[in-house]
Amino acid sequence: MFAAATVALLATLGLLLVRAVLGPTVFDRLLAANTTGTMAMLLLATMGFLAGRPEFLDLAIVYGLLNIVGTIAVLKFFSAGDLGDPGDEAAR
Amino acid sequence: MSAAIDLASWALLAGGGLCCLTGAVGMLRMPDFYTRLHAASLSDTPGAGLILAGLLLQAGWSLVAVKLAAIGLLLFLTSPAATHAIAKAALRRGLKPLLAGGEATSKH
Repeated sequence: MFAAATVALLATLGLLLVRAVLGPTVFDRLLAANTTGTMAMLLLATMGFLAGRPEFLDLAIVYGLLNIVGTIAVLKFFSAGDLGDPGDEAAR
Repeated sequence: MSAAIDLASWALLAGGGLCCLTGAVGMLRMPDFYTRLHAASLSDTPGAGLILAGLLLQAGWSLVAVKLAAIGLLLFLTSPAATHAIAKAALRRGLKPLLAGGEATSKH
């Protein structure tokens, strides 16, 4: 039963990869990348159970934490043009 | 009893996989960025939740269950925040939603 869920998650990842490559705007690609991160977390958890090694869950937690930070950072870059406001730093 | 738990876990895993696949197909076929965002939330929320619940039933009362609950809490907090941030960034960059007439007529 873990194998079925793993196959479904792998197929999902393939479809998301197609969207990330096709995506007309950068936001489509980012959305696909973010969902890919979530699916990769689930894939790690399921594969841990499939292999009988639930220690994989630690990797899934780390992956999820990195995923949210990466998504927000890239979004900030693409919506504001840079990752911070240098003017603010100079005024402080 | 154990067979009943196995059955419930199998149903949850299958439902979660189905939700993930449906969301991904929606992300491929929807016509517009904002509708794709809507489709992506399907694979983020019910897909992840159902698969984690299915794994939780298999784990029983152990540290593994606590880690699975931690992953669920993390997803519960970060996934809506990320979706909101993506939509807000796209709006700020002036990406127009596709309306019923087929033309993009948002006044943002």
